[in-house]
Amino acid sequence: MPDKRKKIVPNLKSSTNVPRVLIVDDEVTILRFLKTALDTGEFSLHQAENGHTALAAATACRPDIILLDLGLPDMDGIEVIRRIREWSQVPIIVLSVRDGEDDKVGALDAGADDYLTKPFSVAELQARIRVWLRRSPHQASEPIFSCRGLEVDLSHRRVVVRGEVVQLTPTEYDLLRLLVNHAGKVLTHDQILRGIWGAAYAEHQNVLRVNISNLRQKIEKDPSQPRYIVTELGVGYRLKSE
Amino acid sequence: MRACVKRDGIVMRTAEEARPSPDTLLKLANAEEAESERAKLKIFLGYASGVGKTYAMLEAARQRMRDGRDLVSAVVESHGRSETESLLEGLEAIPKAQIDDMGVLLPEMDLDAVLARRPQIALVDELAHSNAAGSRHEKRWQDVEELLAAGIDVYTTVNIQHFESLNDVVAQITGVIVSETVPDSLLDRAAEIRLVDIPPEDLLQRLQEGKIYIPVKEQLTAEQFFKPGNLMALRELSLRRAASRVDDQMRAYMESRSIQGPWPVAEKLLVCLSGSPYSERLIRATKRLADEMKADWQAVYIETPGVSRHVSENRERVWRDLRLAESLGAQVATLTSTSIAEALIGYAVKNNVTKIVVGKPTKPRWRELLRQPLVDRIIRVSGSIDVQVVSITDEQKIPAARVFRPGTPTPWPGYLKSLALVLATSLVCEPAHRYLAPTNLVMIYLLAVVFAATRLGRRPAALTAFLSVLAFDFFFVPPRFTFAASDPEYLITFGALFTVGIVISTLVSQSRERAEAIREREVQTASLYHLSRDLAVASDLTGILDAIVRNIEESLGAQIALLLPEGERLEVRRANSDLSLDMKELAVADWAFKKCSPAGRGTDTLVSAQLLYLPIATTGDVLGILGLRLGDESDYASPLSRRLLQAFVTQAALAIERVHLGKQAEQAQVLQARDTLERALMNSISHDLRTPLVSITGALGALRDKGRVFEADTREELLDGAFEEAGRLNRFVGNLLDMTRLESGALKLKQVPCDVQDVFGCALAALEPQLGKRVIEVRVPSWVELVRMDMVLMTQVVINLLDNALKYTPVESNIDLTAGLAGHTLNLTISDRGPGIPEHDLKRVFDKFFRLPVPEGAGGTGLGLSICKGIVEAHSGNIRAENRDGGGLRMIVELPFT
Repeated sequence: MPDKRKKIVPNLKSSTNVPRVLIVDDEVTILRFLKTALDTGEFSLHQAENGHTALAAATACRPDIILLDLGLPDMDGIEVIRRIREWSQVPIIVLSVRDGEDDKVGALDAGADDYLTKPFSVAELQARIRVWLRRSPHQASEPIFSCRGLEVDLSHRRVVVRGEVVQLTPTEYDLLRLLVNHAGKVLTHDQILRGIWGAAYAEHQNVLRVNISNLRQKIEKDPSQPRYIVTELGVGYRLKSE
Repeated sequence: MRACVKRDGIVMRTAEEARPSPDTLLKLANAEEAESERAKLKIFLGYASGVGKTYAMLEAARQRMRDGRDLVSAVVESHGRSETESLLEGLEAIPKAQIDDMGVLLPEMDLDAVLARRPQIALVDELAHSNAAGSRHEKRWQDVEELLAAGIDVYTTVNIQHFESLNDVVAQITGVIVSETVPDSLLDRAAEIRLVDIPPEDLLQRLQEGKIYIPVKEQLTAEQFFKPGNLMALRELSLRRAASRVDDQMRAYMESRSIQGPWPVAEKLLVCLSGSPYSERLIRATKRLADEMKADWQAVYIETPGVSRHVSENRERVWRDLRLAESLGAQVATLTSTSIAEALIGYAVKNNVTKIVVGKPTKPRWRELLRQPLVDRIIRVSGSIDVQVVSITDEQKIPAARVFRPGTPTPWPGYLKSLALVLATSLVCEPAHRYLAPTNLVMIYLLAVVFAATRLGRRPAALTAFLSVLAFDFFFVPPRFTFAASDPEYLITFGALFTVGIVISTLVSQSRERAEAIREREVQTASLYHLSRDLAVASDLTGILDAIVRNIEESLGAQIALLLPEGERLEVRRANSDLSLDMKELAVADWAFKKCSPAGRGTDTLVSAQLLYLPIATTGDVLGILGLRLGDESDYASPLSRRLLQAFVTQAALAIERVHLGKQAEQAQVLQARDTLERALMNSISHDLRTPLVSITGALGALRDKGRVFEADTREELLDGAFEEAGRLNRFVGNLLDMTRLESGALKLKQVPCDVQDVFGCALAALEPQLGKRVIEVRVPSWVELVRMDMVLMTQVVINLLDNALKYTPVESNIDLTAGLAGHTLNLTISDRGPGIPEHDLKRVFDKFFRLPVPEGAGGTGLGLSICKGIVEAHSGNIRAENRDGGGLRMIVELPFT
């Protein structure tokens, strides 16, 4: 046993030049697994077993990214997100169990940036962490979004797919711009509806679905297997950014 | 004198061993158990008004209160006596209920309030009181029984003359008929009897001082009642009754402590009822005899098919007598036999009766010459059984009011007709008499008598016989037109004509009555037969209820309502249209249901109800209530219709129970099926959960083993295997969760307008790792609009169907995924070119844990398709599988589309 502990302890060393990752989970086995998986030397790892220590750790160690399990013993994970969002825009990735769509939506609406459904692969987790670490400080100011053949010039309201200019209706463009502005991030139905049509349309999912469908017809090669705008089942949509 | 094996056995045993018999101990244990469970009744027994019963009861009550018992006065009358009133002070009194009796409000004990209050002890004065019409029970002692049944101890007061079995003795002594009676069984079950006694002289003194309250009803008879002689006799009665009670307790005590004593052998008395007006006295006499002898007693009525004159009157009286005997503690039975004496002795022998009680004959001696009295016949065949003859002659004045004299309406028109008939016969004979001898004319008169007997009944026929004699004498016997007869031989002719006439009329009318009785019985049998036939044919509850209603309506001409329990309360399931049950009627029905005893009109309980309510009960279970409004008021009391009703109700109960049992059997079958399924589930779960775990733990264990070094390839292989199996485990757990949610109904659809193409897209994205180089053809016409469905679940359906197709078809074959609208249905189809499914399994593939053999070995969970089915059905849709022309399988999901 002691040798195992030795293996973990060095990972908790504080370092100024590597990003700090705060892992919040009350399951000891999952904590241990996450720490082992992320012990690649590129992150400095911090841990918390419940909501209150998580909040304390968030202020104390100023993490660059937080991995948050929603089912905490002392308080609701969504409440933790809300409190952190009161003062920080640090990326939060929610780790949730399968089929907890309502929890996911709740977490995203409360301000979480992304979610991963348990069980997830280590590669997937590392990839997501990297995406969020990369974009966090200065992404939003880029005027041109470009990814695998889709090019959106926000300053000129121009959309080019595989070298061809595509004509979009104003609503379609607004929708695409919103997705581009949050590329890689899951936007819930609610967030999109409020963002484009206003709070009064929060219940009108069919408007959103029709526009997404139309947008896909115009920019996707095969709308039934979309490559850019992917559906997050029961949660919302995400523009794939890589 | 008598040889009775049973008795000898008992005597021997008591001589041999001092241990009480097991029977005795059991009886005692039962009694003690009942005692501790049941609420206690304490009776303050007096011999007349004014002896101080109420006072004694209140004193005892105050004592109990000081002991800290919770005690209320349910009903206590002070009658303005200051001593009594001072004792009442500080006692919690339940306010009386005002019973509406035809517009007049009468105060009565509020039974429901007392029941709701639930004191430990309730004081109920005047046990023998009759409640106002409209109360739940006719008598207050029935209220007391209900209180006791509810576990409330009761203190009550009663005078000795109110006890049923002493009723006639008291009437004999005092000449006053006491109409308010209490069954003796109540006295027997009292835990304690407190005799309240003062010398008659003191009582009379108090009466003169005006200290005794006499109820208005009794004021007329009070003078007659309060005579020193009467009071002394009544006092003795009460003392004896109380003493016999002490004797009983003493015996019980001695038996329980196995104290040797001169045990009286078990006597058993039998009294035979005939329906005569004296039967009632005979019953009471037998009861007293049985009490004195500490014996059980039985009463039988023996129906002889031959002697069924006055059938209905007689039956009615017998019915009443049997009920009286039952209320006095007798076991009753009705037998049918041609010979009363033989049937009686046969019954007596079979039931180990030691003594038969019969009444002394009341008929004149000359009748005995014609027909041997019943007593003699019984004594002749009685063998070893004692026969006790009780005197019940007219000298012992029975109060006229108690005697039931059946009044048959005089058949005046019949008499007139017989007169006319005789005149007509005489007119016919007039021309004939010239050619016929007078003796032959007699034959014509005889014909007239026979005619009268068949058409007019017995009495007019007898009159016809008498008139014929007169007419014959007057008109045709010389000297004609006088009543004199020239030849004394004619006296023989007169006598013969009269006798033959009487005999013929008796015989004919008897056979007519018999035929009537048979016809009546036939009608009953037929109606019962019809009911049972209809019930046998009815397959469900509705059919049975219809059959019951129809048959009872037809056979009894009654209006009926059928009430069956629905959860906590009774609900009217069938009723005649002009029969509406209000709250009050329903409450009566409810009472009958809860107590499993008849109530309402024609019974002792809740008599003010519109209908008679009979419980439809089998042994132990009340299945419902039958409410009836009979066509004729007299039908309620008539034993005939009661018996028929009882037969109907029994049939109905059996039929309803049959349906219940059928349902239970069905449920049991369903449970068994579910059980089988659960076992299959458990087997599958343990298999499907363990198999992947074996690979995972095996692989991890091997890798963890420090002593072994693996080649990079092997290592990879182990890890891949474990990873794959972990995925499978995850899928299985997911499926199980889905299934559980679907089956428990916890699944709530979140139906929103969905883009079908998006659904397909999501499914394909989820299956991307498995797709590899497969070509999936997706066809969604652009005109397919948004469809309302739960997108997450419907995507799951498509994933499962696609996953199946991928698993069961060769890698190189295509899979088509299409959507289309047909009318108001959205059709989703997943078609492959795999091996298809054998026709007989097409439906079974959606069953839980149904698996087809898989080419590659690694099968599914056996849950995927049943989950699809569950989800689609939750959308009010339909899923089916069919084999395609040219090979392959097509899965079709049809969803309603609005």
